[in-house]
Amino acid sequence: MTDQFEPTIIGFTCNWCSYRASDLAGTARMKYAPNVKLIRLMCSGRLDPTFVLRALSSGADGVMITGCHPGECHYIEQNYKALRRFLLLRRVLNGLGIEPERVKLVWASAAEGARFAAETTAFVEEIRKLGPLNWGKADDGPQATDHDQPSFAHGKEMEVPA
Amino acid sequence: MTEKIGVYVCHCGSNIAGVVDVVDVANWAAEKLGHQGVVIARDYKFMCSSLGQELIEKDIKELGLTRVVVAACSPHLHEKTFRTAAKNAGLNPYLVELASIREQVSWVHTDKAVATAKSKAVVSGAVSRVIENRALDEIKVPINPNTLVVGGGIAGIQSALEIANAGFHVYLVEREPSIGGHMAQFDKTFPTLDCSACILTPRMVEAGTHPNITLLTWSEVVNVAGYVGNFNVTIKKKARFINEELCTGCGICQEKCPKKVIDDVYEAGLGYRKAVYTPFAQAVPNFPVMDKENCTYFEKGTCKACEKFCPTNAIDFNQQDELINIDVGNIVLATGYDLFDARRVSNYGYGRLPNVFTSLEFERLSNAAGPTSGNIVLRDGKTTPKSVGIIHCVGSRDRNFNNYCSVICCMQGLKFAHLVHERTGATVYNFYIDMRTAYKAYDEFYQRVLEEGTLFVRGKVAEVTDAARYSNERGKLIIQTEDTLAGKQRRIPVDMVILSSGLQPRKDAKEVGKLFGISCSMDGWFTEKHPKLDPVSTMTEGIYIVGCAQGPKDIPSSVAQGAAASARVLDKILQKEVALEPIKATVDQAKCSGCKICNGLCPFNAIAFIEDDKISYINPALCQGCGTCVAACPAGAISGTGFSNEQIIAQIDGLLLRNLEPAEA
Repeated sequence: MTDQFEPTIIGFTCNWCSYRASDLAGTARMKYAPNVKLIRLMCSGRLDPTFVLRALSSGADGVMITGCHPGECHYIEQNYKALRRFLLLRRVLNGLGIEPERVKLVWASAAEGARFAAETTAFVEEIRKLGPLNWGKADDGPQATDHDQPSFAHGKEMEVPA
Repeated sequence: MTEKIGVYVCHCGSNIAGVVDVVDVANWAAEKLGHQGVVIARDYKFMCSSLGQELIEKDIKELGLTRVVVAACSPHLHEKTFRTAAKNAGLNPYLVELASIREQVSWVHTDKAVATAKSKAVVSGAVSRVIENRALDEIKVPINPNTLVVGGGIAGIQSALEIANAGFHVYLVEREPSIGGHMAQFDKTFPTLDCSACILTPRMVEAGTHPNITLLTWSEVVNVAGYVGNFNVTIKKKARFINEELCTGCGICQEKCPKKVIDDVYEAGLGYRKAVYTPFAQAVPNFPVMDKENCTYFEKGTCKACEKFCPTNAIDFNQQDELINIDVGNIVLATGYDLFDARRVSNYGYGRLPNVFTSLEFERLSNAAGPTSGNIVLRDGKTTPKSVGIIHCVGSRDRNFNNYCSVICCMQGLKFAHLVHERTGATVYNFYIDMRTAYKAYDEFYQRVLEEGTLFVRGKVAEVTDAARYSNERGKLIIQTEDTLAGKQRRIPVDMVILSSGLQPRKDAKEVGKLFGISCSMDGWFTEKHPKLDPVSTMTEGIYIVGCAQGPKDIPSSVAQGAAASARVLDKILQKEVALEPIKATVDQAKCSGCKICNGLCPFNAIAFIEDDKISYINPALCQGCGTCVAACPAGAISGTGFSNEQIIAQIDGLLLRNLEPAEA
């Protein structure tokens, strides 16, 4: 093994297309980079952009968002909402001083195991080039401990009174 | 700690254990995730086996487990298995989480250390997540006993008859004026050489007259709403311009209609029909259809010959398209195939060289009820060919067109060879890449055709041309091919060439798939739930696929699938109710600020704004559980069961290994 940087990446998939694409990549024994760990959602529309921020601030170097192709959403059109949020999220990341390329959106249908595998490997290489994110790591400075990170979840601290 | 978690790591024989050190993963989970509540972590050869399930059930009972994580295959394969096991042991099935370390790890990675490390992370994610899982109850909804069958070919007819015979109502929708499908166009069926019409038409009549079947021909499904057990379907019944109540099917209108039109659907362009027509004599239903595009009255405003002569006043020029709304519990799609367009293989000359025929054209030529009364003749309509070349795999097994094997073309080519031989005595050449005659009595048929004297040349035909080089080639079509058995190039002059074209997905298969919420493979065929174990179900519960819509197949297989899907439908109907996944969004009324952001996001209109209370409300019957509103609510007032924020965030932390013993982190 060389000492090359191995990025840690969280992948969000929808239950109907992209997770099944990853199933198909498995069934077909396609080999791809092992750096992406998947979280299955029912729909890419379920993806709260704060999940992405949470992942990046907790040690992930990149986040891959996957869903059904435009027009093929199992829930009619919710992947378009994922697309909107993705575009907005990239601007937010830019504002935070984080390379927007650390978040990638990939459409993959249930038949596109090969595409899923290829896109995953390509993204790992892209993140490898960008290097570690180191957001939330202790060596970032004394103020950047876990506890000081804002919680991006809609937890109790974010509650809005009715 | 409050939860007691059991972690079960499956070997899946060597499928997982060959790449992932499963023992290490189990030990690691017990050691590093103990503080999370993992009280037991085991590995086992096959967790999904009855012994494996018993292991989990026993632990739930004896150790009082409150959560279970199974690290095995994709949740799409065995989530239900393990949830059922938990249920049997008295644990709520939704407190079980699957960590896929097969499809997403062992099958796609090769480095053992890396795969083992990734497996640990995946298990860690699932453990963190399962703590946040909540006990959920399945939602039971009644099943509407009516069924919709889309497509009236042999597969659809079979499916409709099976269900109707069991005593339940079926709506059989067909786009063309008559049911029968492609099989109605064939002359003989391989390998038995049964007359296609003789075996098909009784079934068509049975479907057309069955008291439990509502036949809707010249109709198309335009909208599908709802879910398994409760689909609401809108069907457009196109105007026939014939009053079906009054029409007796006597055929006088067709006789009197002065307008002849080339029939490029049923007769494959070789014959004519009238502007008012039934596609063939045994059409079911026997009511004609008026072809508005070609009718003289619709074109010029005058004629109405059909109306004048109709003895029952059944012609109705003012008829409009009609939208019919029906409720059904299950849907069977039997939408069939399109024939590969042989024009695309331009080097075979179809469309340019008159005596190159497609397989469908030949079916009509050889059909006793066809345009030539079954005489196999050249395009001039009278000359009997003395030599015929049949080219296999046209458009199939070809990187330039379709990679797949169309299954039926070899047997079809052999059938053609036999018919040409029998009826014309011509010399017949079959050009094939590989002879594929699997299934009962198929290879015997091949032997028979061999014995009849048909000549077989193994090799992919390069070109069909009329450019003669030698005197014996003049006026002929020359087939240029490599003979791979003789190891040389050959030029074989023939009078007629038949292209055994492959099958293709319907050109609108993708749109139809979207309409019914199912997906297509890369080749464009509808995707089945499991290629081996569940070939007629789809990922969308309540929607089944049969016949060539699912992939190329012959008549026996199409019939078998039609019947198989019916068994699945009857199974659903007889259960009377179906359990739906309790994945729904709900609004916390105390937190909702009434901003209405979620209102416009739901494509199912499940979110309503209650003016009196100034809050939004989600109708659980309409909510499909996508979770888009959950992600959008700025107040965090909407929560989604099964995929809550807490579950997902816990899984993120788990995957990133932020949940380990403090000493490790």
